[in-house]
Amino acid sequence: MKPFDYIRPESLEYAAQQQQRDGGRFIAGGTNLLDLMKLEVETPERLFDLNRMPMAQIEPEGEGLRIGALVSNNACAADPRVRRDYPVLSRAILAGATFQLRNRATTAGNLCQRTRCYYFYNTAMPCNKREPGTGCSALNGINRIHAILGASDQCIATYPGDMAVALYALDATVEILQASGGRRHVPVRDFHRLPGDEPEKDNVLEPGDVITGVVLPPPPQGVQLYRKVRERSSYAFALVSVAAVVRMDGERIAEASLAFGALAHKPWHDPRIETLLAGEVPSDAVFDKAADLLLEGAEDYGHNGYKIPLARRTLKEVLRNATGGGQ
Amino acid sequence: MPQTNRSLTINGDTYEFSGDPRTSLLDFLRRDCGLTGTKKGCDHGQCGSCTVIVNGQRINSCLSLAVMHDGDAITTIEGLGTPDDLSPLQAAFVKHDAYQCGYCTPGQICSAQAMLEEAKAGWPSFVSDDLDGEVKLTREEISERMSGNICRCAAYSNIVEAILETMEAGE
Ligand SMILES: Cc1cc2nc3c(=O)[nH]c(=O)nc-3n(C[C@H](O)[C@H](O)[C@H](O)COP(=O)(O)OP(=O)(O)OC[C@H]3O[C@@H](n4cnc5c(N)ncnc54)[C@H](O)[C@@H]3O)c2cc1C
Ligand code: SF4
Ligand code: FES
Ligand code: FES
Repeated sequence: MKPFDYIRPESLEYAAQQQQRDGGRFIAGGTNLLDLMKLEVETPERLFDLNRMPMAQIEPEGEGLRIGALVSNNACAADPRVRRDYPVLSRAILAGATFQLRNRATTAGNLCQRTRCYYFYNTAMPCNKREPGTGCSALNGINRIHAILGASDQCIATYPGDMAVALYALDATVEILQASGGRRHVPVRDFHRLPGDEPEKDNVLEPGDVITGVVLPPPPQGVQLYRKVRERSSYAFALVSVAAVVRMDGERIAEASLAFGALAHKPWHDPRIETLLAGEVPSDAVFDKAADLLLEGAEDYGHNGYKIPLARRTLKEVLRNATGGGQ
Repeated sequence: MPQTNRSLTINGDTYEFSGDPRTSLLDFLRRDCGLTGTKKGCDHGQCGSCTVIVNGQRINSCLSLAVMHDGDAITTIEGLGTPDDLSPLQAAFVKHDAYQCGYCTPGQICSAQAMLEEAKAGWPSFVSDDLDGEVKLTREEISERMSGNICRCAAYSNIVEAILETMEAGE
């Protein structure tokens, strides 16, 4: 690990200003950042430890709920309000990592976790995300866990997390404190980026931006589900995942909000699918049309083609379970 | 940056940390405090052999910096029991042969200790049918809740038995 200065800032505002001025990383649970620092994939010159900042509360915000940036993943998943009103969020968190890791992992750290692309982790290999301009080893390499949607010829990595997929389905908002002292609110669906020509940028945070919390809208009505497909039934990242919030009106689907994990550089959300499903009587034919839209631009890079039928089947299964229709 | 002393309470005793901020909590325990019960398997959060209990919660000590634990209360395997005075879980692990080489065992036991508390607090897991229901630690629940502790010798079934017996004795 490269040496760094350890700084325990006296206030968030100070942390934001210093980080913008001098560079470095914020550290929360450390479960992603320290892993990457040990491998020298990340080499920050300073660490700003956010852990003693007052951001570890879950509190009502209007009719919704505000999850502080430092709330541990386990505390969030176990919170009675989250379990009752936002079960898809509890379920998605519980599907990720382990109890030990989730005791340290935080809301903001989880949102900002980096890709698990093996070439990104291997400093002996070219990688545009780690070292812009060096090339993408995955494009013509082993790309079994890589993106089928929204990739570029610069990077085909996926965002690997589970929690954020549920936040996309719930249409949550990320609350950010800027170095200027101002606040901005970014819909979570606009928080992560597609790789384009700048794969080194995972999300829209600018230097000095500190996430202070995530705001959940008023509890949605209907069924909430999270389905994660992985290589073993615990302690493994998703190959495909689907978060769904579906409200029925008698026989028909009134409203469906869907997000997909492990398919792209960000959790995938396609409003056309929701428009298509609204008002329909659930059937496999309708579910297949939804999958057609989802997978319209899907690309097989050599080893990840299995994700295309897998995403279709997972989506259909989730829609069957959520609506009681189909098959 | 001036080095500031940090003080950690480990198994009830106070330890000062003033070393290189790169030191993981795991290396601090093993190298600086001589508490070598906690084991280093992967050093990357993937195996659980470094599990310790911090302020009542189990964590991977390899993915945490000692300097971040100023003021924290840490329990390691040495703090749970001694060879002459085993904790109930330690005794059950011995009785049920819940290990072969024993390398993962301190992490397994610290993890199980904290897991019993999490279940008492009603924390759900991935396999809980009902998020609101009471937590019943079935074999399936225990396996899921212990999945962060890998055992290369695959003593899993005996680990589950040892935990089940400890739970039943505690009821
Ligand atoms: C073995 C293993 C298995 C895992 N399996 C899964 C899985 O199945 N599913 C899953 O979803 N995740 C999984 N994870 C990832 C885990 O969820 C993340 O490591 C964790 O959520 C990161 O949170 P943290 O608080 O520890 O972040 P840190 O490591 O502290 O930080 C991560 C990043 O977030 C930034 N950051 C932190 N807080 C803020 C803030 N307030 N404002 C701005 N930036 C901030 C940091 O600068 C850093 O860049 C796994 C991890 C490991 C090690
Ligand atoms: S897919 Fe992205 S992260 Fe992986 S090697 Fe290519 S540029 Fe790097
Ligand atoms: S040594 Fe910490 S998890 Fe393996
Ligand atoms: S007893 Fe050998 S690794 Fe578990």
